[in-house]
Amino acid sequence: MYNAKYIMPGLVIFLGLITFPLWFNVLSCTRYEAPQLALPEDQQECIIDAKVMRAEHMTLLNDWRDKYVRDGEITFTAANGKIYDMSLMNTCMSCHTNKEQFCDSCHTKNSVYPYCWECHIAPRGNQ
Amino acid sequence: MSKTRRDFLKLAGACACTVAASQLVGANAHAASAGHGPAVPQPGNQHEHALHGTHWGMVIDTKRFTDPLLVQKCVDACHLTHNVPKIDGPQELKWIWPANYLETFTEHNHYLPDSVEQRSFLLLCNHCENPPCVRVCPTKATFKRGWDGIVQMDMHRCIGCRFCMAACPYGARSFNFHNPRPYIDEAKMNPAYPTRMRGVVEKCTFCVERLAQGLMPACVEASDGAILFGDLDDPASTVRKALASKFTVRRKVSLGTEPSVYYII
Repeated sequence: MYNAKYIMPGLVIFLGLITFPLWFNVLSCTRYEAPQLALPEDQQECIIDAKVMRAEHMTLLNDWRDKYVRDGEITFTAANGKIYDMSLMNTCMSCHTNKEQFCDSCHTKNSVYPYCWECHIAPRGNQ
Repeated sequence: MSKTRRDFLKLAGACACTVAASQLVGANAHAASAGHGPAVPQPGNQHEHALHGTHWGMVIDTKRFTDPLLVQKCVDACHLTHNVPKIDGPQELKWIWPANYLETFTEHNHYLPDSVEQRSFLLLCNHCENPPCVRVCPTKATFKRGWDGIVQMDMHRCIGCRFCMAACPYGARSFNFHNPRPYIDEAKMNPAYPTRMRGVVEKCTFCVERLAQGLMPACVEASDGAILFGDLDDPASTVRKALASKFTVRRKVSLGTEPSVYYII
């Protein structure tokens, strides 16, 4: 190869730099730790299984928003037949009264900054 | 296998006939299922105690609003329920507000009795049957609910272009020039209803969230019976009875917006 003695070390250095985040994380043994969430003490179950909620709550909230505002649909029937109002402030946050240790701890850790609370009022449980 | 031009044309003709026939059958089936005219949209799942109507309307008995305290009570009831910020001057936000006769009606007669000219008229969104704000909204953030005639705002969609404010002949819409939070009394904030953010337009919603819970609008509840609310399509409703027994006017009818708010003079 033409000029291999310059190109090969250059390639190695380049690959090393570009994969820096991967091997740095492996070598420094920093593991992602799921934040500890403040769960409601007086409630045993969420409207949907917690696992599904963790992955899909943003879709659910978006669906609720469309249904409530645009289709005039007010109630949500859970799998166990329980009926809830489709409301972030009045349903979700009435159990999850601690926004900082519930919403924010995960969102901040994952660099997600939803703008819910510019309009919606965080529960007083925060103060 | 060889195809002559004649064979090809025959096949093409047969295909065209089949497609045309299927389109015709499909169109007929669609027309049969839709019946006459477009289908009326229906709301989704509701509570059993929710109030139902097909055309919500309001009748305001202006003779009863001689007491400025009652006027203020209605305005406060609305603004506190919906966390409307208190800002003075040209950037104020209002869902319902008092005005005098000249500000309310465009048809002005001379020599009106003082009692009428000095009276307070409560103004709010007229929830028009033919709302110009809905026509101009580029994002469909404001829309008319097909099942009960309420002109509703979708705050998540509003981009703050203010076309609706220019279109509304009643001045019923207000723009959030600032973040409204600092202008809302923290102690009196209603934790069950959101505020708005900077850069969106807001207006009266005929208390859709209260109707869904089986409650009358906040101003109606605070008015001690001076404001009536009900279904204009139902001849037995309180509003229809009031309209049938008293002379009422609406604002700027000549514009063709067909307001749903009536004033007893």
